[in-house]
Order: sequence, then C-alpha cells, then structure tokens
Amino acid sequence: MDADAATTADPFAAVAPTPGVAKPDPILVADGVQRRYGGLTAVDVDHLELQRGVITSLIGPNGAGKTTFFNLLTGFDKANEGTWTFEGVKANGVRPHHLARRGMVRTFQLTKALGRMTVLDNMLLAGPDQTGESALKSLVKPLWRDQETAKVDKAHELLTRFKLDALADGYAAGLSGGQRKLLEMARALMTDPTLVMLDEPMAGVNPALTQSLLGHVTALRDEGMSVLFVEHDMDVIMTISDWVVCMAEGSIIAEGRPADIAGNDAVIEAYLGIDHGGATTGEIR
Amino acid sequence: MSWLGVFLLALQTALGFPAASYALAATGLNLQFGYTGLSNFGMVAFLMMGAYGMAISADRGWSIWVGFALGIGAAVALALLLGIPTLRLRADYLSVVTIATAEILRLVIAARPSAELTGAARGIGGLSSKLGFFRPSFIPEGSYGFGDDFVFNSRQLWSMLVCWTLVLLSTLLVRTWVRSPWGRVLRAIREDEDAARALGKNVVVYKLQSFVIGGVIGSLAGAMMALDSGSVGPARWIAPLTFALYTVVILGGAGTVWGPIVGAVVYWFVLDFADGALNNLWFDVSDTTSGAFRLTLMGIGLMLLMVFRPQGILGNKKEAFASGR
Repeated sequence: MDADAATTADPFAAVAPTPGVAKPDPILVADGVQRRYGGLTAVDVDHLELQRGVITSLIGPNGAGKTTFFNLLTGFDKANEGTWTFEGVKANGVRPHHLARRGMVRTFQLTKALGRMTVLDNMLLAGPDQTGESALKSLVKPLWRDQETAKVDKAHELLTRFKLDALADGYAAGLSGGQRKLLEMARALMTDPTLVMLDEPMAGVNPALTQSLLGHVTALRDEGMSVLFVEHDMDVIMTISDWVVCMAEGSIIAEGRPADIAGNDAVIEAYLGIDHGGATTGEIR
Repeated sequence: MSWLGVFLLALQTALGFPAASYALAATGLNLQFGYTGLSNFGMVAFLMMGAYGMAISADRGWSIWVGFALGIGAAVALALLLGIPTLRLRADYLSVVTIATAEILRLVIAARPSAELTGAARGIGGLSSKLGFFRPSFIPEGSYGFGDDFVFNSRQLWSMLVCWTLVLLSTLLVRTWVRSPWGRVLRAIREDEDAARALGKNVVVYKLQSFVIGGVIGSLAGAMMALDSGSVGPARWIAPLTFALYTVVILGGAGTVWGPIVGAVVYWFVLDFADGALNNLWFDVSDTTSGAFRLTLMGIGLMLLMVFRPQGILGNKKEAFASGR
C-alpha cells in the first residue's frame, strides 16, 4: 500500500490529537475567532481546521459556545474578531445566504420547518438557481417551468430517501418532531451542499429515529460531503464521528479521534469537573 | 325606510366604489402582511402618496397619468425609505416605524407651511374638472339600478368600474406572483426568516420587493379615492383607515388571493347594514351613537370570526392552524 492510499483510507493518520492541529485537506479554516457579550467571551477559538469529506463532531458541556461558534461560522452572528475561510475563500463577514449558495448549509437546534407550507414546498424552496425567484421573471412561467419540474423530481427523490414522500402534500406543521428533523436535513440537501452543518440533529428524538438519522449522516459523508455537527450524546459521537472537537468556556480544549477524546483528561474535566481526590459526597464548605 | 331598502343600500356600498377602493388597498396590504408577514401599520401613508400625487399633479395642471406616476413614484420612494433601514431589523420595528411615519406625513401635509403644495388643512379640490376623470366615461348621463335604493349615477358607475378593473388586474398580478417560486420565498420569509436565509435567500431584498409592490398598489387605491371624491384633505388619512384595511384582509382571509375582495365587500355590507338597521329601529338613535355602534358591531363580529373562523372567510383551516413550532 503506498502513502497516498493510506491517506485516503485514514486522513488523520499523520494528524496529532492536539487542539488547533493542521489537517491534510481542510474545507474550513478558522483563526482567532472571538465573540464577546460585554465582559463575557462566549467564543474564543485560536485555530481550527475542518477536514474535507469526514464527519467532525463538536462537543462540549452546556454553555461551551458550540452553537454561538456555529452561528458565527454560518454568518448568523457577527464575530468581534477573527477570520475564516471556506473552500479557501474568505468567509468571515459574509452574509448567511451567500455562504449557503457557496455550499455551506446549516440546520437549526430548534427545527425550522416552514409550518404553513407543504413539505414539498419546503423542499422546493431550498433548490438553488431558480429563475422564477426573481420578481420580474417569476411572472413568465415558461422561463422557470422546466427548472421547477426538475426540482420537483429531485425533491421527491430525497423525500423518498428520508421516508417523507407520503407526506409531501401535507403541511409541514403536521409533521412530528422527528419528521421535522428529517425534513430539515432533506431540505438542506436540496441546496447541493459541500459542507453540512447540523446543530443538534438528534436532540429530542427517540432512539429508533436517532439510528435512522445517524444512517443519514454517515450517508452524507459517503457521498463526499463534509459534515460538522453539534451533539451531546457521547454514544452517538463515538459511533459515527471521524474526528471530535471539544469546546469548553468558548475555547477548543481538545481534538482527536473518538478514541483519543474518550481518554482525554481535559475533556473529562470539562464535563465532570476537577477531581481533587478525597471524598466528594455531602460535604459543603 | 323598508328593511329591503336597508339591505339594498348596504349592497350598493358593498358593490360600489367604497368596497372597490378598500379591496384595492387591501390587495397591497395582503401581499405585505398576508404573504410576507410584514406588519405595515402605516398602509394609509401609501394611500396618501397616491391621493396627493394625483391632487398635486391636478393642481399644477398636469394630466391624470402624471398624477398616477407621481403617486406611484412617491410610494416607491417611501417604501424604500422606510424599508431599507427597518426591514433588516426584527418585525416589530417595521410596525412602529410605519405607524409613526404615516402620522408624521399626515401632520406635515396638514401643516401651514405645506399649504403651497398640499393646501394644508383645506386640501385640494376641484380635481374632477381639472383632470377630466369622468370625461372619457362611455356611460351616458343618468341613473342606473332598480327601485329607489339601489341606484348608481353615471359618475359613480364609472369610478367603480375603473376601480374594480384595477382591483381585478392587481389581484391577477398578485395571484401570478404568489403562485410562482418568488411567492414561495415570500411565504417562507413569513414562516421563518432565518430558515429562508440558511437556504440561500436574500431575505431583505424579497421583503423590500414585497413592501414596494404592496405600497404601489396602495397608492393606486389612494389615487382612485382622490379621483372619485374630486378632492383630498388630510383628515381622511388617519390610522383607523389602516386598521380598517387590516380588518378587510383578516375578514377575507390573510394570505389568500381573493380574500381582500371578499373582505372588502363583506366589510362594507356589514357596516352599512348596521347603520341602516340602527336608523330603522322603532326608537331614535342619534347619528353619533349609530356611528360608534356600527364599529362596535364590526369589532364583535371580528372577534367572533377570530374565535370560530380564524383563517377568515376564504382561508384554509388546515393552513391557519398549522404552525411551524
């Protein structure tokens, strides 16, 4: 086996599990990203690279700044300082819809199914390059009819894959919580993304559906997309991630393969607190 | 007056110019509020632009077409002026800014230093003779209708015909728009702006487009009101007119194509029927009492509608009860 084949098999073969480590083929590179709320620094990330074509999970205790960091990267919040690039092109200070068009698509922790629109309309909305979305051209149907037909086909294909095809003509508000998560993921795929950013896709979902969601996430990677997702459930993270980034108090305290993270003292400390030795039961000073 | 007379008189208003002009203005508001979720509480300002555009143009001796163009231009400018700073912000800012702007504009128009342009509190009159709005009418002089209570004169018939035509044209235009992918983006913004943004839609541009188009339709309604009455004054363009338009939109069904038309017809029928009925009782009701009472009735009616049919007359129940969260 030559060296090239080895790197495709495991892109992290030569990557040390230290915070801010360089990756062989990064899709996103962030430098010195800070977000402050008054005196509180919610996010303070020195350097982070996301490897292309793998599943990276972002973990950390509540209040670690994961979602804020997510919002900064996707343009939904403004950083006080810092630069980051997506596919080698500047991505800081870019508005969210431009990033989405460049292939960086995100979902939300609280699902944003567009309730008073049908499931199919939710999907069609996400389709890129629709001429009929221009106010003037929308009045001339022949200009966009063919595009629409193609999008309807693609939408049905994705809905079938996510087992939502039977619900296509119903209002999205009629979907269950889990189905909304599925719809949001399917809708994100309509945009032909290269980087899919999922904010707690498994939150509040029953175990059976979690399994199916996990299947969909790994499928994204197998189709060549890069995935970054925020998650709490350690089992989930250990099963599907290729790389884990752990945040605490706004900074990245550890990165590495799941196995590296599981035994990392800093991570355990961030989640469980410092072990001072001695008894920890019932003693209040 | 007989009860049949009361009914016919109410029907006359509900099919006549009052309903037509409200339907036109409500069509614009429906695009903004019903389809895009923009709470424009200063719709009356756009009507004012149309009305004064027409009146000022007449005062200078310009033609009716210049009048329309002036009103539309002013409405576009106003929409951009209000929209560019506020549509980036949260939805409530737009309502505050629009309601305040409408009131400020009315006061500026009514102020003495504006007399040169707007006639201040007196307003501008004699529009009909200056613009010749009724001159191209092919309807011969006389009265049309049946009985004593359902009668239009030729001038009324002409202005309602022109106004209903505008209503029909703008409704068909809005219908084409909301059924297109462009309209789909508007509805997505109404449901959740951030979701639309995350899917690559430039939300601010769409909101601005909807705001401008709705405002232009509103200005047409204002221009028609000026043409129909032959004069404009500042007293008419008060906030309750905006609220009446909201009543019309919600009554017919916000976010439905034909809702504003149905809403306007029902609104004027109920209002005028209540008026006629109050004056037709076995005891005397003073005009001020009946004026207040009919609005009370409208309010109660609207509350009942909200309780039993929140989607409005034409709205889809499933859609109304659907919620994104």
